[in-house]
Parts: sequence; structure tokens; C-alpha cells
Amino acid sequence: MEHGGTIGHAAEHATSTGLDNRKLLMWAFLGSDCLFFGPLISTYMLFRGKSLTGPYPHEVFDIPYTSVSAFVLLMSSLTMVLALAAIQRGDQRGLRIWLVATALLGSVFVGGQVYEFTTFVHEGLTLSVNVFGTSFFVLTGFHGAHVTVGVLILFSLLGASMRGQLRREDSLRVELAGLYWHFVDVVWIVIFTLVYLIPAPLPAVLH
Amino acid sequence: MAVVGGALPRVLPRPTGYTGWWSWLTTVDHKRIGILYGVTSFAFFLLAGIEALVMRLQLATPNNTLVGAGTFNQLFTMHALSMIFLGVMPLSASFFNFIIPLQIGARDVAFPRLNALSYWIFLFGGILLNLGFLTGGAADVGWFAYANLTARAYSPGLGVDFYVLGLLVLGVSSLAAAFNFLVTIMNMRAPGMSLMRMPLFTWMTLVTSLLLVTAFPVITVGLIQLLFDRFYGTNFFAPGAGGDPLLWQHLFWLFGHPEVYILILPAMGIVSEILPTFARKPLFGYPVVVFSGIVIGFMGWGVWAHHMFTVGLGPVANAVFSLTTMIIAIPTGVKIFNWIATLWQGSIRLTAALYFAVGFVALFIIGGLSGVTHASAAADFQQQDTYYIVAHIHYVLFGGSIFGIFAGIYYWYPKITGRLMHEGLGKLHFWLMFIGMNLAFGPMHVAGLQGMPRRIFTYPSGMGWDLWNMMSTIGAFVIALSLLVFLHNAFRSRGTGKLAGNDPWDGRTLEWSIPSPPPLYNFATIPTVKAVDAYWHDKYVATGGEPEDGHHAIHLPQPSYWPFFAALGLALAAGGLAFHPAISVVGLLLMLFAVYSWAFEPVTEG
Repeated sequence: MEHGGTIGHAAEHATSTGLDNRKLLMWAFLGSDCLFFGPLISTYMLFRGKSLTGPYPHEVFDIPYTSVSAFVLLMSSLTMVLALAAIQRGDQRGLRIWLVATALLGSVFVGGQVYEFTTFVHEGLTLSVNVFGTSFFVLTGFHGAHVTVGVLILFSLLGASMRGQLRREDSLRVELAGLYWHFVDVVWIVIFTLVYLIPAPLPAVLH
Repeated sequence: MAVVGGALPRVLPRPTGYTGWWSWLTTVDHKRIGILYGVTSFAFFLLAGIEALVMRLQLATPNNTLVGAGTFNQLFTMHALSMIFLGVMPLSASFFNFIIPLQIGARDVAFPRLNALSYWIFLFGGILLNLGFLTGGAADVGWFAYANLTARAYSPGLGVDFYVLGLLVLGVSSLAAAFNFLVTIMNMRAPGMSLMRMPLFTWMTLVTSLLLVTAFPVITVGLIQLLFDRFYGTNFFAPGAGGDPLLWQHLFWLFGHPEVYILILPAMGIVSEILPTFARKPLFGYPVVVFSGIVIGFMGWGVWAHHMFTVGLGPVANAVFSLTTMIIAIPTGVKIFNWIATLWQGSIRLTAALYFAVGFVALFIIGGLSGVTHASAAADFQQQDTYYIVAHIHYVLFGGSIFGIFAGIYYWYPKITGRLMHEGLGKLHFWLMFIGMNLAFGPMHVAGLQGMPRRIFTYPSGMGWDLWNMMSTIGAFVIALSLLVFLHNAFRSRGTGKLAGNDPWDGRTLEWSIPSPPPLYNFATIPTVKAVDAYWHDKYVATGGEPEDGHHAIHLPQPSYWPFFAALGLALAAGGLAFHPAISVVGLLLMLFAVYSWAFEPVTEG
């Protein structure tokens, strides 16, 4: 069965814009996802300095730690590009190595977030204790969910490759995964800057 | 055991048939999906209409006791939600589905299985939204569900949970459909069909799709925040912990205003096709009408706080939004003038479709004028939350969207079914609906300005409102009568209507160039487009175009059941949050299995 993992003839028909349907879809989806993260980030920004009780950002954030995990995610974008380059030149082994690397780095990022959040909870920062906890966990949690979905996509591509169903002609699938992955990375850069790096105002109510 | 692309076991064989109930469940054909949308949404529309009739019976006389306040609150909430999300939007979607591929010369949409998914998610989402009626009370907080009445403490029942979960699920449906039509219109036009040669209905669908993909994520965030407040104790809208109920209003209306353009632009597109057809003249100012639609789409983002004039945003914010709201009347007015100019000195054929299209223009003008009066923040302080607003809403949404949709039904019914509807009954339907509509909603302007608040379940006598309310109730039942006429016409014509042939109206656009109903593959050969109003051009301007460059094999996507199961999984995952987490887990697993299998299933196999 020659179709295997491909999506039939859609890729071969000429399109009005010259872009593959699936690529246009991915870009439209990522544009839409900006309108998803935008309000979540705006909500966080709205609530800066508005918590009536602690813990406050400066009490819980460990900037060096989070910087390392941000670096890990950033490097995963590099390995993602290397994976795409590998499949585009027909290098299955390289593809698999770099896919695993990307998925691993992504998993380290998510694992690091889980550890970070657990520490915060132990320090008293929960979803419900104040608006900082509320807006922080929901924003970064949904970002982490996006990364997790990305990791699952990467593993499914790996599986397809190992079954011989991700050939050079199917490189678009890796490219689409890459677009999604880079988007999630860019969102993290925005979140890391606005949430972690820019110093939060001191609490309005001092105890 | 057979496997799906070598990935997961396939329990059921891939469907291949086009007859029987299983074929409807597994269809990926845009025409069938359009019919599914149309029938389902019409049923929800009737349900929402019954909710309205009960309200009108209660309000017919002062101090009435037909239903109590609690039930009345559920009725006005669910009436609005059902009309907007389960009525107008999916009715528009049924036209997008059936007509867009035909108008652009394509065989199907870009992603046929995603298209099917949109429908099944809509069906399950609509059921989820209404489940409150069966579980102790539907949502009763108004369709815009202001915080923090919606907090768990003040709305403890399942009603608001179904509001949140139902709308989240429905949002996925709308988003998926919008992505599909965005890619379809941008990418799958016939050779020669540049953007400025597209039919106007296609253009308005494109703008609507862009609005959908940008506006729905915003309400999704608001709904997620409400969900988390209700289920997980977060403080987004909890003032006691530093949260802000106004955050909900901003997020809701940032979505809500583009939403009203999502509701009206498709109807405007339909009217922009019908007026030229029955005036035998091209649309006056086609590029300007296109541009106005695009401008409305952009400017629609800059007016949201006109829904919040009375909330206390301050004079600067109120002044800014007053201005932007007044300015957005301009592109709308431009369209209206172009429609009138289209009819001017045209060779008019008086069909039911034309009646509804002209009715749309007249009623939308009235609704638009009351809208302009709301634009002044100062004036709006008197109008807000009165029946004057209810009048405006219904003139633009009923006189506008619904009349436009009925115009589309009369216009495209022959294409969809192969038979013409009865013109006499169609005109009877029009006059009854036109009179009923004005009788129902006209007096509301007066009652509102005389101080009758919105959403009250009863009122005392001696306020001067009695006559207006009685008139409105009578009008509502005249509307209901008109719908009975329509339903009789629609059903009867299926069996005994005159055969329509390809082109009963001497149409201008490509859908009229193929048989009625269209064959599975739509076009035997994909046409080459040489001008706007492509079919009219082929018929009357330049016959004998370039020869087709050979017959390509016709590839059609094969049916699939994964969209149905993915939709079911999503609905269970969402609904389970209201009942038991185990249901959510099962739903999530089903959805993941279905999506994964779908990703590795080829478009066609074997």
C-alpha cells in the first residue's frame, strides 16, 4: 500500500497560493493560538501587583533555574531544525536521533516545570491562594500542555519513521511539527521575559 | 487485525458506502455535511423559538404566572445561546459547507474529515449545552454570563457548568470549520479565480472565517478561566482575592463583538448574490462591497466596550468606543447603498428569495439605526438593559441574519434538492414573517424607551407597557405560523416541487453550472474562470474558452468514522467534568485514539 503514512493526493495538487493545504492550516492555527496565549498573558499582566496575600513572585522565583530550563527549550528548537534537515536529505538515522533529542529536551523542560511547580506549591503558592498563583499556573500550565502535545507528536513521528512510513517525500510532516514546536518555544520566550525576568511590583499590601 | 497506517489496530473496516445511516455517520462529503448542519441547526432554531414563545406567553399580560422567575431566567439564557450558537451560526455553516466548494470550482473542502468533525462536535456540543434542562436546571445567568454571578458560590448547580463546557466544545467545532474554509478558499479556487473574481458569498465566508479563528480563542480563554474558578478554586473573577469580574466582560465582549459580525456577514454575502441574480445586473461596486466587508472585520475589534458603557470604565474609554462604534456604521452603510444601487433600474424578478433579500436590507437598516443610537454612550445609559436593546438585537439578527438565511434557503434549495420550492407559499411565508417580526420587535423600541428592563419575568400593570407586550406576543405567534408555512413548503417541495434543472434562476456563479443536486464529484471538469460572475460570463460574454487541458482522474476522499468518534470522545471528556472524572478519562482516551488513527489514515485507501 503505497500511501502508508501520507495524506493521499492533497499534497500533489496545485493550490491557489502555492502553499500546501496543511502548511497553510498550521500557520492559521498558530496565528489563532497567539490569540489564545495573548489573553492569558494579558490576564497575568493585569494581575501583577494585585495579590492581596503572598507568596509573591520575588519570594518563589528561582531565575537561574528557570533560565536553564528556558535554555533547554531553546536548544530543542535547534535539534528540531536538525531533524528537518536530516529528513530533507533522506537521512533516516539522523532524523531519528534529532527527533529523540528534541523530544528529550522538551521532556526535560516539562519535567523541570513539574519540579518547579511542585516546589512552589510546597512554598504555599497554589491555584487558589491569590491571583498570582491563579494567573501564573494557568498561563504556564497551558504552555506546558502545548509542549507536552508537541512531545507526543514528536514521538509519533519517531514511531512512523521506525515503521518506514516517514520518507523523504513526507518531510512536510516534520516541517509542520517543527513550526508548531518553534511557536511553542517563542511563546515561552515571551512568557519567560514578561513573567520571570521583568521584576514584579512589590505587593500592594505589606504584612 | 488490520492496522491503521501500521500504527493502531483497526476494529472496524474503513467505510466505503454512500447509502444508509452508517454512510451519513461516516460521510466526508461537504454536501451531505451541509445537509446535516442544516437539519440539525433548524431543529435547534425551532427549540429556541419555542423558548421564545413561552417567554412571550409569560410576558403577554402583566403579573402573569405561567412561569416563575427561575424558569424565565433559563429561558432567556438558553434562547439566546441556542439562537446564536446552535441556530444562526450552524445555519450559516450549512451554506458554507454546501455552497463554497461549488462557488470556487472545487470538489470538496481542504480537509473533508475535519469538516465532518466540525459537524459532529457541533451536534454533541449542542446537546451538552442543553443538558442542564435534564439535570436540574439549564444555565440561567444570561447568555453573556457576567461574573461573578457565575461563581460556584452564587450558581452552584450544573447549569453554568454546561454553559462553560458546552461553549468550549462548540468553540472547537467553529474553529475547526473556520480553519477548513480559510484554507479551502485561499487554496482551492479554480484556475483563473483570483480573489477579486470570487463570488461575494465566498468573500464574506473568508472574512467570517478569519474573524472566527481570531475571536474564538479569546472566549475560550474566558471560559477556561471561568471553568477553573468553578472547578479548581482559582480567583480570576473573585474580587475577594484580588480578582476582577470585569476581566470576564472584557474577554467576553472582545469575542462578542466580532461574533456579531460573524453572525451577519454570511447573510450579507447571501443577499449580495441574490440581489444581482434577480435584478439581472452585476453587484454594484463589487470591490467596494468586498472592501467594506474586510473593513468591518478589522474594525469589529475596536468597538467591544460599547457593550460596557454603563459599567464604569470612565469618560475617556466611553468616548473612544462611542467614536469607533459610530465609525463602523460607515462600511455597513456603504454596503446598503451598493445593494440599493444593484436593484436600481434592474430587470426585477419577484421571487421569494428576492423578497427575503430585500426584507433583509430594510430590516437591517432599522436595526442598524437603533444601533447607531446606542453608539452614543450618553444615550446608551438610558437604553442599556432595556427592551430597546432587545429590539435592536432582533432587528439585526432576525431581520438581518435570519431573513438572509431564509433568502439563501429559497435561493439554493433547488440546487440542493433538485426541486423548486412553491413560490406562492414562499411569499406567504415572507409576508407573515415580515409582519410578525415587525409586530413582535417594533413595539419593543417603545417599551424599552419607556423604561421596561430586559430579562424581567413579569411586570406590574400601570407602567404603560401592557399594549406593547401584547403586540409582541401576537407578533411572535405570527412568526411561528409563518414557520409552519415554510416547513410545509420545504417538505412538500421535496416530493412534488417542479424539477429545477441546473440553473433555474439564470444564475451568475459557478454552482449553477452543474446539475441539481450536484453529483458526488461536483464538476465533471474543473472550470477555468475568466471574470467575476464566472458562470454569467461563460453564458453571455465569452463562450468557447480555452480547451481544458485533458481530463484529470477524479480523486474523492473516502468516508471515515474517526471524526465521529473523535467528536464523541471530546464531548465525553468535557461532559465528564460535570458528572464523573472517569467519563472524562474515557472520553480523552477515545479522542486521542481516534485522532491518532485519523492522522495515520490516508485520505483514500485501497
